[in-house]
Amino acid sequence: MDTESTYSGYSYYSGRSRGSHRHGERSRDHHKSRSKDGSRSEKSVTINAPPAEPLLGDSSVLGEEVQDDNWGETTTAVTGTSEHSLSQEDIVRITKDLEDSVGLDCRRYFTLTLAVVLGLLVFLTPLAFLALPHLLWPDKLLVCGTACEGLFISVAFKLLILLLAVWALFFRAPRAGLPRVFVFRALLAVLVLLFVVSYWLFYGVRILDSQDENYQGIVQYAVSLVDALLFIHYLAIVLLELRQLQPAFSVCVTRSTDGETRHYNLGQLSIQRAALAIIENYYRDFSVHNPALLTASKSRAAKHLAGLKVYNVDGEFPATPATGPGNNAATGVAHSQSRAMIAAAARRRDTSHNELYYEEAEHERRVRKRKARLVVAVEEAFTHIKRMQEEEQKKAPGDVMDPREAAQAIFPSMARSLQKYLRTTRQQHCHSMESIQQHLAFCITNNMTPKAFLESYLTPGPTLQYGRERWLARQWTLVSEASVTSGLKEGAIFLLKCIDFSLVVTAKRIPYIQLSEEFIDPKSHKFVLRLQSETSV
Amino acid sequence: MSFIPGQPVTAVVQRIEIRKLQHGEHLILGFSIGGGIDQDPGQNPFSEDKSDKGIYVTRVTPGGPAEVAGLMMGDKVMQVNGWDMTMVTHDQARKRLTKKDEDIVRLLVTRKSLEQAVRHSMM
Repeated sequence: MDTESTYSGYSYYSGRSRGSHRHGERSRDHHKSRSKDGSRSEKSVTINAPPAEPLLGDSSVLGEEVQDDNWGETTTAVTGTSEHSLSQEDIVRITKDLEDSVGLDCRRYFTLTLAVVLGLLVFLTPLAFLALPHLLWPDKLLVCGTACEGLFISVAFKLLILLLAVWALFFRAPRAGLPRVFVFRALLAVLVLLFVVSYWLFYGVRILDSQDENYQGIVQYAVSLVDALLFIHYLAIVLLELRQLQPAFSVCVTRSTDGETRHYNLGQLSIQRAALAIIENYYRDFSVHNPALLTASKSRAAKHLAGLKVYNVDGEFPATPATGPGNNAATGVAHSQSRAMIAAAARRRDTSHNELYYEEAEHERRVRKRKARLVVAVEEAFTHIKRMQEEEQKKAPGDVMDPREAAQAIFPSMARSLQKYLRTTRQQHCHSMESIQQHLAFCITNNMTPKAFLESYLTPGPTLQYGRERWLARQWTLVSEASVTSGLKEGAIFLLKCIDFSLVVTAKRIPYIQLSEEFIDPKSHKFVLRLQSETSV
Repeated sequence: MSFIPGQPVTAVVQRIEIRKLQHGEHLILGFSIGGGIDQDPGQNPFSEDKSDKGIYVTRVTPGGPAEVAGLMMGDKVMQVNGWDMTMVTHDQARKRLTKKDEDIVRLLVTRKSLEQAVRHSMM
């Protein structure tokens, strides 16, 4: 059963990313695409926002990586509409947007109101059980003795604890929105409802109808209800929180664009909750997705595809192997054509792997050279700044700067080498000048060394480290063949799609470990000398 | 040439008589021995059974008295002048061979080719 959830961050693919990969300034975060259309429509491209400030200002004089000013001519984008007119697609898209957002809010409020109503019912029921006899037949009731009054205190405290516990478990702000209903919570709600209803039934029939005078019995009945509710809450804790803590599955998460893989241990979770756990770990562990790094392989693939054409010169290829008397001439022709193509392609591949090797070696050398220059420049820049001590601050109010000004003062000396390094490693769109200066001020304030300052530029960090626009997707789509509320199983595979890439997740069960014990007496460690001598006689 | 503990060892042996040569102030025989019950039998390159802790001839000096008498590299020494050499330490073996008051040592040595030769001649 193919289940795909309703709201998906769907992918607009523009030909730009394939055609001109030189200009790093243009980045995907300028697309405000919120299409809910499930089918991939490659027809319209809308560019809404003006480009962000180019990295580091002085990008006019460059060496190899020239900013491509003709990007407009070299992009291949098929536009169905101009910027200001609305097409039929846009209208459909907008109405779907409205519906979905309204639908989503409705669902959230609906579940919230249901939960609040159930909570109130549960909380007020014991109080009602205690109060109703006093209201309906006060004269017939037996006087409540000491034991009975002691039970009042117990009911009060247990209700207080129940209130706090329910708030802690169920009523906190949710950190994510999942596609399907949370099965365990729904089951627990149904259980609690049935439970409370059955208590009311019993109360109504045996106590209200017959107007029982034994008030102590009624109080004990109310206490038993609260106890049972606390036990149900305990069951809820085990089901919702404790059950998934013990690791049972090892999932392998691979990013589809560059193959970065991590493994996580998860407990017994439903597929949607496992997806949520994986996404949270994704933001922490995976390095940020950088589409600029993938262009090289795409251009190589394009060169392979633009390959050979086979021309049928004679109308029939006589050199087909005789496979039997019933040899079909048509398949023979097809076979020999494909064999010819494969043979020619095999010969061609000899040169392209050579190119790849030298290109990569050259790139590596260039990166190392730039990195060396960068490290030296930054170290030198940091030597110009010195922290002033408290006493000195009062004595010499010369050219005193706060961290931000200090950062701005030393920034120009390292700016050029940093910019060149980022361009070589194709990270320049991840860092804006403002963010670099902020980071520099932060490092200066916290007495960090130049190496510590550079660390965030030398290695690509996790996605959360970068600004919000790099987070790229807060809307993920879960694509799974099994139902998303079913549990993880051995060999379960599902996909987490976002706009630019998808995460492929495979689950495997952690094996049962049989551990046995072996005792070694510490006195049993004895050694002998093994010689082999040779003596001449 | 493996042995079963408790059972007598049988082997086809060759009797070799070596006359010691005066070399400086020592009397030498002209070969080197290795092995012994206090040594590591696994490192013996000449034995078939790597748990054999007997005394083996590891080197024969060319032109020395041992070579002249017919001793070959790889031979296992079974007896020296009547003294058993199959269950001795390396040092005991050395002492039995280098007694100062003996001029001649009579060795019983065994090697695999002896057994094959006997078998061939019996067929």
